[in-house]
Amino acid sequence: MYPTAFDYRAPASLDETLSVLKERGDEAKVMAGGQSLIPLLKLRFARPELVVDIGRLPHLNAIGRDDGHLVIGALARHVDIENSPEVAASALMLAEAAHWIADPLVRNRGTLVGSVCHADPAGDWGSVILAMHADLVARSASGERVIHAADFFKGPFETALKPDEVVTGVRIPVGKGRGGGAYLKLERKVGDFATVAVAVHLHLDGNKVEAAGIGLTAVGPNNIKATEAEHFLRGKEPTDEVIAEAARIASDAAEPKDDIRGSAAYKKDVVRVFVQRGLKAAVARAKEGRS
Amino acid sequence: MKVSMTVNGSERSGDVEPRVLLVDFLRTNLRLTGTHIGCDTSSCGACTVLIDGEPVKSCTQLAVQADGRAITTVEGLATAAGLSPMQIGFHEEHGLQCGFCTPGMMLVGTALLEHNPNPTEEEIRWAISGNICRCTGYMNIVKAIKHAAALRESSEVVPRETAAAATGGE
Repeated sequence: MYPTAFDYRAPASLDETLSVLKERGDEAKVMAGGQSLIPLLKLRFARPELVVDIGRLPHLNAIGRDDGHLVIGALARHVDIENSPEVAASALMLAEAAHWIADPLVRNRGTLVGSVCHADPAGDWGSVILAMHADLVARSASGERVIHAADFFKGPFETALKPDEVVTGVRIPVGKGRGGGAYLKLERKVGDFATVAVAVHLHLDGNKVEAAGIGLTAVGPNNIKATEAEHFLRGKEPTDEVIAEAARIASDAAEPKDDIRGSAAYKKDVVRVFVQRGLKAAVARAKEGRS
Repeated sequence: MKVSMTVNGSERSGDVEPRVLLVDFLRTNLRLTGTHIGCDTSSCGACTVLIDGEPVKSCTQLAVQADGRAITTVEGLATAAGLSPMQIGFHEEHGLQCGFCTPGMMLVGTALLEHNPNPTEEEIRWAISGNICRCTGYMNIVKAIKHAAALRESSEVVPRETAAAATGGE
């Protein structure tokens, strides 16, 4: 299978990338590792006139800490996140999620930021950044802006990103108080998209939940933030009863459809069970100081 | 567009459209047909090659993305001295039936042993989890990679039959 013909640019700098996108952003697709875009090009679901390959830009593959945040550069690959000591120490859920993405070969090329910008409703990273209240840093020729994860996903394969913008990295707040998270995914086999997956993260203040984040994968038009369940948990002691009720509320936020991976009712129930298990794991990790 | 890359240690170049996939550049332009096209949808791993030592699906890479990189295909595993430990492993442990997935399996195994010379069975199974064998010969593929690890550990790699012949047969 061949993509339709396109022009190809591989800018040597971010400034050059931004000026190309200023000129031709409307007809362009930005490519990092290409693990989502190339299949779309081959199936001819995407027919851009220009592919802007940012895969060779310097300094964008870093994973580091900055002012209470874990910062994941636009070119940090799934495998880099999976193996990063920095991630393991400050946001274990990311390493856990990375391990479940696609297969080892795809993880050698695909990136977190590329996956998020692709905005597949079955994408794993969208739920992770929703649960962790992350910010995306978007650059264009006219400057930089920060987009909250909660404002980023607009529908299937649709985001708040403008045609002349490129995401340079994701900033994830970490290291404040006692936090813990978990990513749980049901997939039929390695490499398949999720039947259902959930990301949960919380901070404890004493015995009570200070803040919680819950993201849902593959159960709606985009990754869903289970806001009501997050609010329900705030200020409460995470007892088994409270966790069970939060999980029930979270499953109400899911809008799954029947498909070959399962019925809508089944998927909704998997959301409930996974949120329940995930919250219990997150509480245990927060108490152990395992992020 | 002009692309240049090191393929199995030699400098190779060509003139391709940006939409040409790496697997097609290798098979059609360079006539290296050991890299197979299986599903063509990034699912099966038959097209696996190593890019700078890491296994990647060449059906889901553009040739232009590989410009300036070092590529290893199955044709690059053997040396003038003979088969590589991974190839001997697959030969001696019957790690193939139809052979279609074998180039990808051997390249993934080769990359695994480079950074983990003595993997557990579990680690081998995870490493090959992106590569599908439709003969379902996974048991022997895992054994073959394990055997290759043992061969690499021993100072010189001597195929069993050669070793047997040298000592007067079995």
